[in-house]
Amino acid sequence: MNSELKTAGVSQRRPRFLIKVQTYLRPRANLPASERMTISVVGVLGFFLLWLLVTEAGWIQPFFLPSPIAVASRLANMVVSGGYLEDVWASSYRVFGGFFVAAVVAVPIGILIGNFPFFRSLLEPLLSTARYLPATAFVPLMIIWLGINESQKISIVFMGTFFPLALFIASISEGVSSDLMNSAYSLGASSRQVFFKVLLPACVPAIVDALRITAGIAWTYVIVAELVGADKGMGIAILQSQRFLLTDQVIAGIVAVGILGVLTDLAFRYAHRKFFPYMY
Amino acid sequence: MTRVLVDNVSVEFARHREAPQIALTNTNLEIEQGEFVCLLGPSGCGKSTLLNVVGGLVEASTGLIKVDGRSVSQPGPDRGMVFQNYSLYPWHTVRQNIEFGPKLNRWPKVKVSEIANELIEIVGLKEYADQFPKVLSGGMKQRVAIARALAMEPSVLLMDEPFGALDAQTRSRMQELLLDIWSRKRTTVIFVTHDIEEAVYLADRVLVMSARPGRIIEDFRIELPRPRVADVVASEEFTRYRKHMLHLLRH
Ligand SMILES: Nc1ncnc2c1ncn2[C@@H]1O[C@H](COP(=O)(O)OP(=O)(O)O)[C@@H](O)[C@H]1O
Ligand SMILES: [Mg+2]
Repeated sequence: MNSELKTAGVSQRRPRFLIKVQTYLRPRANLPASERMTISVVGVLGFFLLWLLVTEAGWIQPFFLPSPIAVASRLANMVVSGGYLEDVWASSYRVFGGFFVAAVVAVPIGILIGNFPFFRSLLEPLLSTARYLPATAFVPLMIIWLGINESQKISIVFMGTFFPLALFIASISEGVSSDLMNSAYSLGASSRQVFFKVLLPACVPAIVDALRITAGIAWTYVIVAELVGADKGMGIAILQSQRFLLTDQVIAGIVAVGILGVLTDLAFRYAHRKFFPYMY
Repeated sequence: MTRVLVDNVSVEFARHREAPQIALTNTNLEIEQGEFVCLLGPSGCGKSTLLNVVGGLVEASTGLIKVDGRSVSQPGPDRGMVFQNYSLYPWHTVRQNIEFGPKLNRWPKVKVSEIANELIEIVGLKEYADQFPKVLSGGMKQRVAIARALAMEPSVLLMDEPFGALDAQTRSRMQELLLDIWSRKRTTVIFVTHDIEEAVYLADRVLVMSARPGRIIEDFRIELPRPRVADVVASEEFTRYRKHMLHLLRH
């Protein structure tokens, strides 16, 4: 009788949140889309609320961490009256330039490495070594080679993104199923046709995804490239704010880079849906 | 007329720290124009290897393969291939998949669309002609793959367990459809399977294979009347073939 009561009690009286917690801790649990959305919103709001709380309550001095409201109004101020959009434009131009050149070179080289044993043997040892060279350490070298100018900054973005991108694309293109290519050979395709009509279209969607992921790296390197000898740019704006101990402006600059990164990401996702409708 | 000739073909695969694997040993085979031949055997006995060596995807270590009198060592449009995993081009619609080969070979536009129309009709996919493969069921995908291979009007159609991933009902409908297509087109077919009933139901000849080393151990001529309907499997003759093959595969 006692044990009967107990078992009944366990299943009925167990608090609902305990059941929830159990679900959240189960690997690959099924959560409805709305619930996942709610959790995301709670996460983001929670972050800002915490930030707001510790700053507005005066637990941390504004000099170390200004409140999110101060940062937002500073950012608006920079855009409206500080000519910040020129900095944004200068950095975006460098990111786009360096990343574009890196992609244009990395896509063919990656596919060559992934699918042609000759090019793999020829290029892979060099590329996978170069991947370990820190792109930031090339800043001085690029200054010696190119001087302090746009091409020097663009080439840092290039150095930082090209090597990981090329190897990423090599592994993507290597993964295209052999049956897919063999069926084309058996339909009378030449090597050239298999390359352009099967291999390329088969890996382009994954390549666009790889570009989206690597674009984040480009934003990291542009900031580094601008720390030396730039008169405009989001990186130099952050550096100058630090010199004048304008913490809110430093954080505003970081937030702005984050916003542009998210926008880049969204643009890639949109393009993916637009260009590869057969995947959705 | 001999369509496919396999003369003393062996295939060896290199193995890690062991003697090479003999996947196929001294195999001889002659297939006539229009014949439907099944390769039957347990997993790993070299069925795919034999098929792929005819298809030109695997290199023979010894011997010679001839299709229509020409010796082959590379894949080519005279040998259409159908794989178990469909291997359709996901970025092309059903029609574009079927037209892929003829377009590649720059056949005249009118001929390309005529062939595509006919094949779409034959495999019963008119309503799906402009859909991407993603929305098709497994059976439909395999019908597209068959149509795509047939579009090049190959001398021989090579099929590697094409219905292996389908459920029982779809599978039996696909078998009927394949026989229907074959009787219309009279293409020579080499069909790999490990399913005895499938082999006997479809084939003019069933070549039973055995492993280690891979080889053909028996060549059955299936004398069941055509056109074959699904209840042929209940006939006495069918049962006799099946028993005999089962016995061979067990020993
Ligand atoms: N590419 C390969 N490399 C090494 N061994 C292989 C390769 N392909 C097949 N084999 C071996 O050859 C034998 C026959 O394989 P396969 O022709 O695929 O058999 P089946 O199609 O009858 O199941 C198997 O033992 C398999 O392990
Ligand atoms: Mg096989």
